[in-house]
Amino acid sequence: MTEKPYHDIPGTVLFDAEQSRKGFHLNQFCMSLMKAKNRAAFKADERAYLDGWPMTEAQKQAVLDRDWNGMIALGGNIYFTSKIAATDGLSFRQIAAVMSGVSEETYAQMMLDGGRSIEGNRSRKEQSGKDAS
Amino acid sequence: MARITAGVATSHVPAIGAALDLGKSGEDYWKPLFAGYEPSKRWIAEQKPDVVILVYNDHASAFSLELIPTFAIGCADEFAPADEGWGPRPVPTVHGHPELAWHLAEKLILDEFDMTIVNRMDVDHGLTVPLSLMFGQPDAWPCKVIPLAVNVVQYPPPTGARCHRLGQAIRRAVESFPEDLNVQVWGTGGMSHQLQGPRAGLINSAFDNAFLDRLVHDPAGQAQVPHLDYVREAGSEGIELVMWLIMRGALDDRVNVAHRFYHVPASNTAVGHLILENA
Repeated sequence: MTEKPYHDIPGTVLFDAEQSRKGFHLNQFCMSLMKAKNRAAFKADERAYLDGWPMTEAQKQAVLDRDWNGMIALGGNIYFTSKIAATDGLSFRQIAAVMSGVSEETYAQMMLDGGRSIEGNRSRKEQSGKDAS
Repeated sequence: MARITAGVATSHVPAIGAALDLGKSGEDYWKPLFAGYEPSKRWIAEQKPDVVILVYNDHASAFSLELIPTFAIGCADEFAPADEGWGPRPVPTVHGHPELAWHLAEKLILDEFDMTIVNRMDVDHGLTVPLSLMFGQPDAWPCKVIPLAVNVVQYPPPTGARCHRLGQAIRRAVESFPEDLNVQVWGTGGMSHQLQGPRAGLINSAFDNAFLDRLVHDPAGQAQVPHLDYVREAGSEGIELVMWLIMRGALDDRVNVAHRFYHVPASNTAVGHLILENA
């Protein structure tokens, strides 16, 4: 992995060339869920539907586990993986809560209170500096 | 001669569309958000634009990873609301303005902006939520709409400076169209938000409000802000804000602020809204 300036931003994966190449088939599978008949086929037998796509086993397992951060790490893009969420009847807010490791109630309250603060969330350097102090 | 009279900027959060479509706009959570757009609805009822050039981004609806145009202009007669995974939004079909759209495509390409021409495309919440916010829930949209889709999904999106210059070129192109048309340019997306990963839910109201100030008073300066600053300060999806610079570039250097509104939250996102009129 070539080091990029944005790799210093904590808790964030930019969908750059490297991620896009890694996640092409995963994201194209997600794209197929735009069609109602594909959503029905996926729901009927997830494993069989996934096996129709040339994805890695790790990508398929991340989908089956609804491991939203795992999908992102394996090249998924949130606008594509959110189509799985839509198929499951989940909102963006619900999966955002899962990805940030809190309950939906806690996440919703954080948003009502003005959202996640930028303070302490700009860079890993800033975070490690804080840890050291 | 066609002329650009005003610009509108607004966030295009999908949950706003869902709230309207499901009849939830009167709920306590949504009331303050929709109240912020009441002056806008009155304003646009008076302005009666003939055509809106609506700058937005597609969210993996019309464009998958098979084809990723940086700037795409919709030249079709009409554009259907997209099925984004839970069925299409129950909003009217969007009617284009093919004559002006093709004119823009030709002029922009000869002005060295290499537009992708789109003759068939469904439009997602990025385009329909701003229409809903400005026009409410009519049986038909009261103006023609030219979709101008900008890639902000695959990194990197076009630079702020490039977007600003595209706006300037759009103005030149509009003003060379012979028909007498009242044209508005809208820039949508943003403001600060991050939808993915452990940093999801990031909101930076200081950054957002500084952006709103500078977009009005110093757009050329704002256009120099690098992507890294947007991503770091406004979240991975906050980078959508570069699209507002296209709208701003299409207006006069000095503008009147007819309306400004900022609200947190709408689902995961900070909502910002500006109405700018050429002085």
